[in-house]
Amino acid sequence: MLRALAFLVASALPLSAQGIADSVLARPPETIVADLSRDDVEITTSFDGSDIIIYGAIKRETPIPDAPSLDVIVTVEGPALPVTIRHKERRFGIWVNTGKVAVASAPNFYVVATTRPLEKILDPAEDSRFRISVPLAMRAFAGAAQVDDVVPYTEALIRLREEHDLYRLDEGAVRLAEQTLFRADVRLPANLMEGLYATRIFLLRDGKVQDTFRAPIEVRKVGLERWLYRLALDKPFLYGLMSLFLAVFAGWSASAAFRRFQNR
Amino acid sequence: MQIYLPIAEVVVNAFTLVGLGGIVGLMSGLFGVGGGFLITPLLFFIGIPPAIAVATGANQVVASSFSGVLAHVKRKSVDFRMGWVLLAGGLVGSSVGVVFFNILSRLGQIDLVVQLCYVIFLGLIGAMMLQESLRALRRARRSGPVKPMRRNQHGWVHRWPMKVKFRASGLYISAIPVLLVGAAVGVLGALMGVGGGFIMVPAMIYLLGMPTKVVIGTSLFQITFLSAYTTLMHAVYSNTVDIMLAVLLIVGGVVGAQFGTTLGTRLRAEQLRILLALLVLLVCGKLALDLVLTPDDYYSLTPGVIG
Repeated sequence: MLRALAFLVASALPLSAQGIADSVLARPPETIVADLSRDDVEITTSFDGSDIIIYGAIKRETPIPDAPSLDVIVTVEGPALPVTIRHKERRFGIWVNTGKVAVASAPNFYVVATTRPLEKILDPAEDSRFRISVPLAMRAFAGAAQVDDVVPYTEALIRLREEHDLYRLDEGAVRLAEQTLFRADVRLPANLMEGLYATRIFLLRDGKVQDTFRAPIEVRKVGLERWLYRLALDKPFLYGLMSLFLAVFAGWSASAAFRRFQNR
Repeated sequence: MQIYLPIAEVVVNAFTLVGLGGIVGLMSGLFGVGGGFLITPLLFFIGIPPAIAVATGANQVVASSFSGVLAHVKRKSVDFRMGWVLLAGGLVGSSVGVVFFNILSRLGQIDLVVQLCYVIFLGLIGAMMLQESLRALRRARRSGPVKPMRRNQHGWVHRWPMKVKFRASGLYISAIPVLLVGAAVGVLGALMGVGGGFIMVPAMIYLLGMPTKVVIGTSLFQITFLSAYTTLMHAVYSNTVDIMLAVLLIVGGVVGAQFGTTLGTRLRAEQLRILLALLVLLVCGKLALDLVLTPDDYYSLTPGVIG
């Protein structure tokens, strides 16, 4: 009886994402062993981006299978934040914001690197399960949509982020050797936000996900950057006074220096 | 030299920022405007998030106008009493303006209101000043040395109670219109995210009848305090002041302001007013074009969920 109950519960579990992953990976013939060249990125004053190498191997108990070829997808996802997409239309000769769609959670940074073109290696059903491709990076709309068709809005969000190099699909950027060793070089841009960045690696055969691997990258400000950032958030009044003092001091010293220079 | 800004979380070129600060500082010293109406759009343009641009712009204005005030104090061209009264009105107006701003944001369309405000006020003021100062310049050319323009001695402002003697301005007028001008400029300034110098200067000249030379120093004096108040409000309530960005702008700004003040003494009042009028019209034209021209992209992104 108990066993039957456990079976029922177990069969209901796959509804959740984690459950799906567990059931798929019950006993995968091929698993990922991977690591990152660094798991933290420190933002200093002179920070101008960072390169992260994500590398690893495919571990098997059996010889390399003949059948459909092996592919690897690597994603790096930044912290998710709410964002509002606005649309302009011409009204009475001037351009006015007419519609808006609020997205509750969209990563500020999202890169997908693959061994081959995405549509050839990833089954759409698997894509929507694991939320791999760029359009699926957005999570949910905030409240009921106030426009008839949200598609052009979400497309615009992706397009604008792609233009700023924040969303990217790098097809062929993952190198795979001997169906065993793989490596991806991911460039984190200079305009990086603080937070936890999630790295995911997907091992695919015939469009199906065989195994997944996750690792976080911690991006944080250090030194002066960190100190100023914390001060601005924790002691805003003091920070404001400091900004003002600095401004007044700079104004005074320039004035004094200039007067001396002119009197000479 | 690229530098990462801790609050804005973007990377910018340090020299670009110093240069921008310098240009705005020059305007500030020359015309007695804080330069907020220049620095804020310029910062948008180089990719600083709008909220950070507005707040940090205010901080930069503190430095450049303070530097300018010191130069004017030395030349005794600041009417302190006038400045304090304007400031009192300004603080009230600015607080009211912030409330308006929040109401309009909730209703949506704050961007449009701000842009229209800019276009209308910059356009009106620019055109008025240009016309007036061109006329003054032509008159001066025709009849040699200018007779000091006879100000309207007994206009509506002079019949109000609470008369105060503003010695540096050579005025004996009621404090009420001064307070009202300060408050009106404060409201508009808070709405448009600027110190309001470009509205204050013409208002002092044309509404209060102050002499141009005193106007600039006095305007800078009250802008210093008003934008210090704005900076503090932004720092406390929205954490949007980026001190690193401010320092770079300030370095350029204070030097520019000194040059501007020196340059100002070499130019005649009418010429100064023509130049300011042209600058105001230029910014107005640019903003009007933005409203009318087809944008590059019909869609835009704003961080956070609005309304």
